[in-house]
Amino acid sequence: MTAAVEQIAGRSLWQDALRRLRRNRAAVMALAVIAVIALLSIVGPWAAPHPYDTLNYDYIAIAPNLAHGFFLGTDAVGRDLFVRILYGVRISLMVALAATTVSLTIGIVYGAVAGYVGGRIDEAMMRFVDVLYSLPFMFFVIILMVVFGRNIILMFLALGAVEWLTMARIVRGQAMSLKNREFIEAAVAAGARTPTIIRRHIIPNLLGPVVVYVTLTIPQVILVESFLSFLGLGVQEPLTSLGVLISEGADEMETAPWMLIFPAATLAALLFSFNFLGDGVRDALDPKDR
Amino acid sequence: MSETILKVEDLKVYFPVRAGGGWGAKTLPLKAVDGVSFSLHRGETLGIVGESGCGKSTLGRAILRLIDPTAGQVVWLGEDLASLSNTAMRRKRRQMQIIFQDPLASLDPRLTIGEIIAEPLRELEPSLSRAERRVRVEDAMARVGLLPQMINRYPHEFSGGQCQRIGIARAIVVRPALIICDEPVSALDVSVQAQVVNLLMDLQRDLGLSLLFISHDLSVVRHICHRVLVLYLGCVMELASSRALFDRPRHPYTQALISAVPIPDPEVTHRPILLEGDLPSPLAPPSGCVFRTRCRYATDKCAQTRPALEDADAGGHQVSCHHWKEIAS
Repeated sequence: MTAAVEQIAGRSLWQDALRRLRRNRAAVMALAVIAVIALLSIVGPWAAPHPYDTLNYDYIAIAPNLAHGFFLGTDAVGRDLFVRILYGVRISLMVALAATTVSLTIGIVYGAVAGYVGGRIDEAMMRFVDVLYSLPFMFFVIILMVVFGRNIILMFLALGAVEWLTMARIVRGQAMSLKNREFIEAAVAAGARTPTIIRRHIIPNLLGPVVVYVTLTIPQVILVESFLSFLGLGVQEPLTSLGVLISEGADEMETAPWMLIFPAATLAALLFSFNFLGDGVRDALDPKDR
Repeated sequence: MSETILKVEDLKVYFPVRAGGGWGAKTLPLKAVDGVSFSLHRGETLGIVGESGCGKSTLGRAILRLIDPTAGQVVWLGEDLASLSNTAMRRKRRQMQIIFQDPLASLDPRLTIGEIIAEPLRELEPSLSRAERRVRVEDAMARVGLLPQMINRYPHEFSGGQCQRIGIARAIVVRPALIICDEPVSALDVSVQAQVVNLLMDLQRDLGLSLLFISHDLSVVRHICHRVLVLYLGCVMELASSRALFDRPRHPYTQALISAVPIPDPEVTHRPILLEGDLPSPLAPPSGCVFRTRCRYATDKCAQTRPALEDADAGGHQVSCHHWKEIAS
């Protein structure tokens, strides 16, 4: 055979899924919204006319005012709400990203090993997950905060440490059903060792349901972070998050409704978009749709 | 025939099955393969036939240690595979490969066919360079009739027949001495079946392979196999050369099987021997001869002692029946 023969490029299942996702308008819109919000939160604070932590005593709790550069008004101590919301989005997205990455890494490896190896090892690993599951989450977070003080990194860890449990269960179930597929037997016959089989065959094949679960985990994590911040367990002043802003806005909602409306609308837009994207991804990966 | 490369002796594979539910349920052994012995020569094709659930596939997988045998020996070139450590067994896999029944299910959907075919090489001949591996993969693809420019495509882009060719390419790429074919053509269209069967026969001739051809399709078995082993409920009923078995079946079960093969001639009136009842449960196989519950020649003796596999003639025709002499006459 000559090497000059032109190769026919194959289309992988991922490429197929991506094509289907691109045809889903709601998902594409959602992705665009997320991209715009994320980009704004990264670039916006530099371009905005006011820093996020400067107190402007001349402009306390004013309504949106373009003339002075307070696009979304100011809060109770005169800080620019627009910049503060962008900072809040930053924190929310960072928490979401970090917690999801932690849960993804631990969950996939743990679940794939438990599911594929099976037997006593699986039994022991999953009972450990059950034990962690049964610990009340809020209690866990509060103790962590009390012992180590308020700290964003700690919050990432706490969220990740809880989220991976569900991930591990989902992955384990997938791995167990993949284990009995013929191509795994074929890999054993081809001389592949257990770690190779898990890495090359099990994990790539269970990523479909995992991706779907991730897109649904992100809004969940954002919500939990907002909830913790709302309770005063989240980020520390002057830094802020969407949950803190909403909590502060709720106090002033009769006199300065913009302080509640804008952060809440931003959070809602983010959550909606992630949920739509998650739906789109699930449809795109559903083999029955083919 | 030339040297014996594989000798299976009294191989047993039992699966523990929980009987009943709840606490204190007993585990019963499901006897999937119950004392099978045979030998295979270099370059020979041995057919293994029987109805579904008789342990054909389990037998094939137990030989390759994809399922651990409960008892017995699998002697490969003088070495017992059943007693090897996993590491030692892994090294032996270069010499024996398997082709699966469902062509698409046996290929990892996330890998390109080039990666799939290269997998045994990557695992079993790690000293090969990337370029050498590529040459071997393309060579294997050419042998099974796949175009080299397809190397980057994915399994779902191929038809069933092509997928089976990919499976065959994966099996021959390490140049094994034995390939276990687990119903390799049952899932394919008849026209494609013929192509794949002929491909296997060509490969066998060119590469000097031994094949263990598991099938329930007697016409295909007759076409490709030198010798045939008839399995019923995990036990050997009859073992003979293909010609002897089809021309003069001695076991009542074999006779019934062969009479059930449709004859492609509308003029011939055809009266198959009908077997009554269902296959008994392998959890509670009949006493004595396992076939006696459906055998029209069964006597008291059949219920009491299990017939041994005995030589019926000098040509290596073996049969396991108390009454084969009377039946033949």
